[in-house]
Amino acid sequence: MSAEAGPTAVGERRWVNRVFGGLAWIVGLLMFFPVFWMVLNSFKTEADANASPKLFFTPTLDEYRTVTESAGGLLSFSEAFTNSIVIVVASTLIVLALAIPAAYALAVRPVLKWRDVLFFFISTKFLPVVAAILPVWILARELGLLNSRLVLIILYTAINLPLAVWMLRSFFAEIPRELIEAAEIDGASLRGQLTSIILPMAAPGIAATALLCVIFAWNEFFYAVQLNPVEGSTMPIWVTTNVSTRGDFLAKLSAASVLACIPVVLAGWIAQKRMIRGLAMGAIK
Amino acid sequence: MTGVRYVEATRTYEGTDTPAVDSLSLDISDAELLVLVGPSGSGKSTALRMLAGLEPLNAGSIHIGDRDVSNVRPRDRDIAMVFQNYALYPQLSVAENMGFALKQHGVPKEERVTRVRETARILDLEPFLDRKPKHLSGGQRQRVAMGRAIVRQPAVYLMDEPLSNLDAKLRVQTRTEVVELQNRLGVTTVYVTHDQVEAMTMGHRVAVLKDGVLQQCDAPSTLYHEPVNVFVAGFIGSPAMNLVELGDERPLRIGDVELELDGADLAALGNGTGAVTVGFRPEALRIGDGPLQARIRTVEDLGSEMFVHVAVEHRGDSVPLIAKMSPPFDGSPDDTVGLQIAGTTHVFGGDGARIASTRATLRSQGAVSRS
Repeated sequence: MSAEAGPTAVGERRWVNRVFGGLAWIVGLLMFFPVFWMVLNSFKTEADANASPKLFFTPTLDEYRTVTESAGGLLSFSEAFTNSIVIVVASTLIVLALAIPAAYALAVRPVLKWRDVLFFFISTKFLPVVAAILPVWILARELGLLNSRLVLIILYTAINLPLAVWMLRSFFAEIPRELIEAAEIDGASLRGQLTSIILPMAAPGIAATALLCVIFAWNEFFYAVQLNPVEGSTMPIWVTTNVSTRGDFLAKLSAASVLACIPVVLAGWIAQKRMIRGLAMGAIK
Repeated sequence: MTGVRYVEATRTYEGTDTPAVDSLSLDISDAELLVLVGPSGSGKSTALRMLAGLEPLNAGSIHIGDRDVSNVRPRDRDIAMVFQNYALYPQLSVAENMGFALKQHGVPKEERVTRVRETARILDLEPFLDRKPKHLSGGQRQRVAMGRAIVRQPAVYLMDEPLSNLDAKLRVQTRTEVVELQNRLGVTTVYVTHDQVEAMTMGHRVAVLKDGVLQQCDAPSTLYHEPVNVFVAGFIGSPAMNLVELGDERPLRIGDVELELDGADLAALGNGTGAVTVGFRPEALRIGDGPLQARIRTVEDLGSEMFVHVAVEHRGDSVPLIAKMSPPFDGSPDDTVGLQIAGTTHVFGGDGARIASTRATLRSQGAVSRS
């Protein structure tokens, strides 16, 4: 009996694996399809894009030219792109500069009640964004920050900081304690320990954290549209300016969306390579 | 030169009432290799970490040379430490690992390179200087960890079970190397281990700890032959000393056999009251035609010597004893044999402290005393 049970069980498992594998592919393709369709549409003419779904067409870069050259509304592509880059880079750098020492303090030299501190950090994310917008908007107006890059830099820093502290803390906590102690005995100052031991070892974790901050900040729409609808606004707002009330805009919108996606996809790809190399280095067991 | 002195050093971890190290006083002389040994939870590693400055003191003080270092940062104590898992910096090469401390102390590059090379030569690490730790074997990593400590030429070496991750053969070989190296360098060394064989073979003196309290600190042979209490007697020696609780009955008996202690001053003990435990080493237990009946449980043949595990009936229990024999021995499990004590017997009082060590003889009841 047992001789029979073995092969049957293996066969059953293989069958189940195949079914789940197939399902995973279907779900994956379903999720990917809109993205694929968007990329496809971006290379079509408006006429082609709005005709009945069509897989074969003559690809053109016309719509890319249109969206990048003409200032659709008040916001031009180059302006929005520069704004996004400045806001994302600045907020991410500030987040890392604040989160690394905080995470170090929580992971390596825990303060009293560090768990409460950690909970407090994450509790700031409980509040719905919509509930916060009115006071934020009034504050921004009073401080003269409406339609400025600064207001988004401050907000994105505040939004990403708790998450970054959480993530970095767990990466720092994985560094074997003895290594830090060895560095301490070897004569490394706090700064020396950070720069020569902790940061290089946590590099993959820092890259992952930075990537998440970049993605969140790049894609954020709600605050941007409320606080910076005109000037100092970002790529997501620029994408929506390509929606027009008259005429077709599907190909144009697709081209704008693809342009908005490229930087984060690129950032993800670069960070991923770094992360994998860092992990392969055996820095973190 | 540089000795180390613990003066009633105490460390109590937060959230506990019992100190991990309780009022430890130890004087370690210059160039001495002192081994701290004890079972897990005995406070030996904590004691070492206190010396390293990685654990603060709740009371007492620690001195390196003439300097009270109790409140000095680890990096200002002039010590080097070898960790159990080596704690090599994974992103740095062997040479960079070994030179890290020198770099932190501002040693110029040329001197750094020379010193690292010299140390690598002593430890046979020259071919590996450019490798990362993950490309080294366990034994090589261990040597790099040693090298990192040696290259600094500190006042004191601290070693926290540095051999416990090596396989048995390499451990024995490295043990000898560490002892030789320490002799050659003549640097005061505090070595922590849970392995009493390592402690006995390496230490100039061995400090035995239990529950954070120092039990005895003496030369290995003194620990072996004159343990201060039951704990040290049972902990030091492999196989462990045979310990039998005799209670407060007089005359002293094991099973139904009388234990007669030698020496006039022990007559009082033999006639007095109070619970007593006796201990005798496996080599002091002779198997043959002695009066104490025992059943053989197993026989371990190590080639050069044999350990015979026997069980005797004592106060309603089966008490295990071990005898060390020279081959040949042809007993087998379940054979009944007669035991006699042929060496020193230690007598411990009710509080565990050793009262006396003397020769003792087992005599069956009714036999004539002192034939």
